[in-house]
Amino acid sequence: MSSPEMSSTVKVQINTKLCQGHGRCYDLAPGLFGDDDEGYGQVLGDGSVPPAAERDARLAVLNCPEHAVELLGEG
Amino acid sequence: MAVDDRFTQDSRESSDDELQGVRSEIITGPVADWATDFSHLEPEWSADPYPIQDVLRQRCPIAHTGRFGGAWLPTRYEDVAAIAYDTERFSSRSIILSNFRPPRALAPVGGSPPISSDPPFHHDARKLLLPAFTKNAVARQEPATRAFCHSLVDSFAGQDVVDAAYDYAQHIPMRVIANMLGFPPEDGPQFREFVEDLLEGINLPPDDRIERVSRLFDYLLAQVHDHLDKPRDDLTTYLINAELYGRKLDPSHVVGTMALLLIAGIDTTWSAIGASLWHLAKTPGDRERLVADPGLLPTATEEFLRAYAPVTMARLVKEDMHWHGVDMRADDWILLSFPAANRDPAQFDRAGEVVIDRQVNRHAAFGLGIHRCVGSHLARMELRVALEVWLERIPAFTLADPGAVTWSAGQIRGPRTLPLRIG
Repeated sequence: MSSPEMSSTVKVQINTKLCQGHGRCYDLAPGLFGDDDEGYGQVLGDGSVPPAAERDARLAVLNCPEHAVELLGEG
Repeated sequence: MAVDDRFTQDSRESSDDELQGVRSEIITGPVADWATDFSHLEPEWSADPYPIQDVLRQRCPIAHTGRFGGAWLPTRYEDVAAIAYDTERFSSRSIILSNFRPPRALAPVGGSPPISSDPPFHHDARKLLLPAFTKNAVARQEPATRAFCHSLVDSFAGQDVVDAAYDYAQHIPMRVIANMLGFPPEDGPQFREFVEDLLEGINLPPDDRIERVSRLFDYLLAQVHDHLDKPRDDLTTYLINAELYGRKLDPSHVVGTMALLLIAGIDTTWSAIGASLWHLAKTPGDRERLVADPGLLPTATEEFLRAYAPVTMARLVKEDMHWHGVDMRADDWILLSFPAANRDPAQFDRAGEVVIDRQVNRHAAFGLGIHRCVGSHLARMELRVALEVWLERIPAFTLADPGAVTWSAGQIRGPRTLPLRIG
């Protein structure tokens, strides 16, 4: 389905203006997100989503109460 | 080193202006029409607010009451979210709806910063607290919380029926927050009184209200003095030493924040634990599924938080305005019902059902926007551990007497009497 070239284009991103530190992203997708010293979400690394983590990434997007988590480069 | 004399005078007496607010007539009794006369303090609401909210969402969807000097109750997710995000037009200077409106001069700090604060002060007061309440910081409380939950279950030995609200749920957040603030663990029963005085005594005569609130602040001042004498590694000493804008906090800020952490940390989580156990006691399918598959518990707790969100906040309208179809006046209250938002069918599929494996759950149990519950990571840890230990130790339980279950009145809703048959 997803060639390495295609999957490497999918990335997660946090809109820091919207993030309020609910922590749903780092609860649901701890391989993709962490938190800073104040509990705000942070993207780990450059945000690239390995194919095996795409479901986690989608859960993080769909469960953020502030709509702060975005998935880029899909489809 | 200079002696810290901020707490030698009672800060409540230092500014008479702060006692000037607006009192409204206390109106109690049965509600004539929920769309025009609602009251979240009446027994019908405490017993089961969801059908009332569902009807209002269809009919209004923003209900009004002349009680409390005038208040509005939005019931759609969209309206609740819009108000939570709009700190320009809605003030947080009092977040408990009552018959007393504090003076506008109390903003932007409010009586219990940062929950009662408006921007820009809010951001700085909140920043002081955030590091102590991150997921990693609260994880340090988990082993002691788990051990304490086990000790509570141990105490049930020999009993066939226990009160899961009184004998279990209430004690867990009391113990955890007492530990974090550095208060004596045996003071738990007093904390319960403080919570009831502040959050449930809304319609008491003003003098009674003042006396009850004074008891809390006397207690907190005694704790401050104890910590001044014997500083230690806890939140009370942290707040005493904390600085904002280059100087130590005002004494009213220190004590107001302590009050917030104590009160907001207790009955909210107590309610969430109790409501979850109530649901599982009356829903054997969900209970058996979680016993068989504890890995589902984090997902299920989010659903319990959505469906039984314990916390409703309040706001005050800043200026007269026409807003989403209604005419709001300056100083009208808003009852900001996250529970109603969480059951809006426009936002959630099967909104009225409890679906313990719900994968997409953008609920607002901890609020939305800048006032997101600062203790949400702590609450989630306590709720998860409390349910894990209970289900591990007591996998089979039922409601001993459904008619005996009672619920708290007011803005924080959860079971206060919950007899469960465990033997």
